[in-house]
Amino acid sequence: MTGGLLLQAVVSGLLLGGVYGLVASGLSLIFGVLRIINFAHGAVMMLAMYTTYWLFALAGVDPYLSVILTAPLFFALGVVIQKVVIEPNRSAAEHNQLLLTLGLALFFENLALVLWQGDFRTVRVAYSNASFMIGEALVEVPRLVASGGAVLMAVGLFAFLRLTDVGKALRALAEEPEGAALVGINVARIRAAAFGLGSACVAVAGALITPFFYVAPDVAESFNIMAFVVVVLGGMGNFMGALAGGFIVGLAESLGAAFLPGSLKQLVVFMIFVLVLLFRPQGLFGGSRDR
Amino acid sequence: MSLLEMSGLTKRFGGLLAVSNFDLSLDAGEIVGLIGPNGAGKTTVFHLIAGFHAPTSGKIRFKGGSIVGSKPHAICRLGLTRTFQIVQPFAGLSVIENVMVGAFNRERDAVAARRLAGEIVDFVGLGPRRDLPARSLTLSDRKRLEIARGLATRPEMLLLDEAMSGLNPTEIDEIIGLIRRIHARGVSLLIIEHVMQAIMALSHRLVVLHHGEKLAEGAPGEVARDRRVIEAYLGEGA
Amino acid sequence: MIARAAGALAVAALVALPPLLPKYHLEVLISVLFWAYLGIAWNLLGGYAGQFSFGHAAFFGIGAYTSTLLLLQVGLTPWVGMVLGGALAAAFGLFEGYLSFRYGLKGPYFSLVTLAFAEMLRVVGVNTKAVGSSLGLVVPSTRAAPEMFMFSGKLPYYYIILAMGALALALTWKIGRSRLGFSLAAVRENEDAAETAGVDALATKLRAMALSSFLTALGGTFYAQYFAYIDPTISFGPGVSIGALLPAIVGGAGTVLGPVLGSFVLTPLSELTRYVLRGRAGADIMLYGAILVLVISFLPQGIVGLVRERRARAGRR
Repeated sequence: MTGGLLLQAVVSGLLLGGVYGLVASGLSLIFGVLRIINFAHGAVMMLAMYTTYWLFALAGVDPYLSVILTAPLFFALGVVIQKVVIEPNRSAAEHNQLLLTLGLALFFENLALVLWQGDFRTVRVAYSNASFMIGEALVEVPRLVASGGAVLMAVGLFAFLRLTDVGKALRALAEEPEGAALVGINVARIRAAAFGLGSACVAVAGALITPFFYVAPDVAESFNIMAFVVVVLGGMGNFMGALAGGFIVGLAESLGAAFLPGSLKQLVVFMIFVLVLLFRPQGLFGGSRDR
Repeated sequence: MSLLEMSGLTKRFGGLLAVSNFDLSLDAGEIVGLIGPNGAGKTTVFHLIAGFHAPTSGKIRFKGGSIVGSKPHAICRLGLTRTFQIVQPFAGLSVIENVMVGAFNRERDAVAARRLAGEIVDFVGLGPRRDLPARSLTLSDRKRLEIARGLATRPEMLLLDEAMSGLNPTEIDEIIGLIRRIHARGVSLLIIEHVMQAIMALSHRLVVLHHGEKLAEGAPGEVARDRRVIEAYLGEGA
Repeated sequence: MIARAAGALAVAALVALPPLLPKYHLEVLISVLFWAYLGIAWNLLGGYAGQFSFGHAAFFGIGAYTSTLLLLQVGLTPWVGMVLGGALAAAFGLFEGYLSFRYGLKGPYFSLVTLAFAEMLRVVGVNTKAVGSSLGLVVPSTRAAPEMFMFSGKLPYYYIILAMGALALALTWKIGRSRLGFSLAAVRENEDAAETAGVDALATKLRAMALSSFLTALGGTFYAQYFAYIDPTISFGPGVSIGALLPAIVGGAGTVLGPVLGSFVLTPLSELTRYVLRGRAGADIMLYGAILVLVISFLPQGIVGLVRERRARAGRR
């Protein structure tokens, strides 16, 4: 094992980690406020990737620029999902709500399969292959942009939660559901906002990775499970924890890939997942509060 | 030998001392009332005895053997069980089925368990509602159901956590009557209660808990006149 | 009375009619019974004990791989292999359950752990040459050898899965009326209250886990013998985990007949959509997803729950 390979793995892991972090921040926000594990999160990301792809393929819109469109679009989709599908079943059993999101995931994922088949599609832009070296490690520019953009977005979300009224209401709801209702917060509206914001986050993450990642229906599943791992690692409902968890999982995965044969890197990630669930279900960074 | 005995019982939650160096001993056939202002640690004492929390230190002995570290179901099978302040019926099961869960501790066979459960459902006065789902019961009936479920495990000692809170005077009288009948069946009781007339009338002995410590202990009449007890209650604004 | 007559008629039809059915219909019926069987197995843990497993594929795959590997490597008949697979799956289930329950995992956290275990097995399967990696394993099926769980034609498989389903159903029925059944219901409804009523919550959940995983593994062997091919994604992937829980949820979790009713509704529906929408990969599952959302929204207690509610209402009138 050369130092160069190790450095490369660390760099790749960090570049992946930011994206995982943003995907997971969205999921964590939804979990924090709604107490639902959203199985449709990856599917929303996949749809955002197709949106980015088609904007590029049909109208020549640059993937980064398309964020301006995808973010509000998927915010709206999230709000609709919450209002139409989840909210009416608010009083149903916990697992029923989980199954609702699973049903949505199956629906979206296979809708994509029906509409666009299972082919891998890619967005080739001028900067797709741009790269530079740090020591012996190759840094691909699109990955750097994606990771950096994801972190910016996550920090923006964090600031939003801290500084705005809606953000404060979201946090109040995550911490004290009954109390929030008592002080006159429109709880249903805030829940819709949470699902919307969470979906917008994952949509932006999806758009940011299209310049270097394939677009296909099954993207949904792999990112979904990864997001679960990250969220659990960071502490369910802990947004900053999710971002940090993203980097940990990104590193674990790329180091696993460097040191283990085949797709065994996933095993490392799952093992971390199970260990955290068992021994620190509140996450590595404490409870479900954003401190 | 006392039936239930605890000494030096202490429970700390992080920085909070919920129960501190608490001693109490109950003989078979006694009814003991455990009172104190809100937050005094009464329910924590129940949690400790019934096995829901492990004490930070101290001893708990039931029928001569230590029950510290035993799980609630094991303590129940030894003959000690409790009810919850906020009733916790098996909402989706019928009244009789709720009680059967307890009865299965003494009867392995379903027919026998149903028979035992039926007797106890009648005993607590829920006979006419035996096949209704527990979730459809009134609060008063839920409290009875909770007691019935406990009784079906054939306890020697029953801990009742505010079996009367939220009930109207008529219902309270009925529960007092029920507790007397339970006692007449040979069950010893430790009772947490805020309804003062009731606990005065029922208890052979009262124990007052304040800030996790035992403030007073004695016959109901004496305790009620104890200046420290009165201050503790007034100090809480009660 | 009417219900009983209808039940007897249905059983008679299930036993007597299949030899008369055309091949395709028989295949659909086998499929219905197969998913019903997995649903019955899942229901013991997910429905009766209320522990929502999202990773029953782990047990299914252990069953399929154990009997198939034993058959291929040492020539052991799958009739024995399936029992060994079941035992191994039960052991794995106990391990998984003990870890989870010991550390107090509940609800979504438990679902995630079960999902993770199944995924880990899938990844191991994909990366292990000795078990065929992602290429999978082909079960020899050229000759009919009943003692080796190999038959010519579909009909014998039909009667095997019918018998398996009937036995699993009878077991569920019996458990529901026993002490264990009451303990399971108590744990599902309220664990603290169950403990004060003398129910050992941990032991109860572990029993459900062992039974459920054992039965699920038998389904894995059946699958391997019937389709004569398994691979890690089929065996350990989320498809089986979801396929096992859906019939139970749609039919009515924690009820004896729920998974059967659920499968009789869901499986033909998905077959029909697959047929109508043939050539459109994914269309059937897409519809499945939509139906799932609708069923959860409008039948939160499943088909059995709806029937019960109707009856209760009729009774009150």
